[in-house]
Amino acid sequence: MDFAITFLESLQETPFAQYIRESEWAFPTIESLHVIALTIVFGTIVVVDLRLCGLASTNRRFSEIADELLPWTWGAFGFAVIFGSLLFISHAVIYFNNTAFRLKFIFMLFAAVNMLIFELVTRRTVAQWDLGDKVPWAARLAGALSLVFWTASVYLGRQTGWTMDVF
Amino acid sequence: MDAFSQWLSHTDASLFFQEQLGFLAFLQAIHIMAVAMIGSSVLMIDLRILGVAGRSQTMAQVAHRFVPWLWSGLAVLLLTAIPLIIAEPRRDLTNWTFYLKMAMIAAGVAITVGFGRSLRRDAAAWDKSPGGTLTRALAVITLLLWVAIAVSGRWIAYTWH
Repeated sequence: MDFAITFLESLQETPFAQYIRESEWAFPTIESLHVIALTIVFGTIVVVDLRLCGLASTNRRFSEIADELLPWTWGAFGFAVIFGSLLFISHAVIYFNNTAFRLKFIFMLFAAVNMLIFELVTRRTVAQWDLGDKVPWAARLAGALSLVFWTASVYLGRQTGWTMDVF
Repeated sequence: MDAFSQWLSHTDASLFFQEQLGFLAFLQAIHIMAVAMIGSSVLMIDLRILGVAGRSQTMAQVAHRFVPWLWSGLAVLLLTAIPLIIAEPRRDLTNWTFYLKMAMIAAGVAITVGFGRSLRRDAAAWDKSPGGTLTRALAVITLLLWVAIAVSGRWIAYTWH
């Protein structure tokens, strides 16, 4: 762990990270963009997950909804990672030691594993349940878990801000 | 507003919320999730206007899917905002960023109402995807407006003294 802390310390002392930390406008602006990106991630995932749970737009094919929305989910996620990384380096050690921040990544990892299992296993039979609300339990579970994991991530993200102890 | 905020911050209700910091963070998280549902709904409607997504459906069908989220999202935002404002009145009520945000929300609501009315009058006119130049400009404006509202919301925390 010592090596990690040393590395993170040197990261947050780079001129770039210092600028983000000390400038009046940089951190709030990057943070706002991070929030914008994550709200698109969350919003589009909710639409897909509600369809997966058979709760919305069951008259449309799941594949169609997924194909329409998931590119935006991924694109927004990419931006969220970029902006999040910029935020992270500005207070690297504090974030690294923050419990809410660590939990957020754990839940995002759960979301990723859930998604992988869905895409590699469950989705293979999609032709049988693409239309209508007769969605197999494994797919419904994937949708429900996804909602739980991402809601937890949003909440933990907000908690990170509250518990950072910077101000 | 300063005097009113002072008074409000000493009421029982405000003191109650001030002590429930975890609850306020929870409300803010819900507030953000409502922003997410509104943003994605605005995005899906605008993408249809811009000819990027939802072209297999009529505009009426896309609106039917997403407009309800706009209104219920707004209701959730208002409900979560009230305890937040009561808990920290000066942070919002003496802050120009807050009022800027409110003005932009009013504009967004007006545009949404106008869109709904126009759709009810002549749904078919909206089916063209991509839409005409003015309509596409409106789509871009509504997206930028949502971004501006979200950014101003975050900036409230940074511009109050």
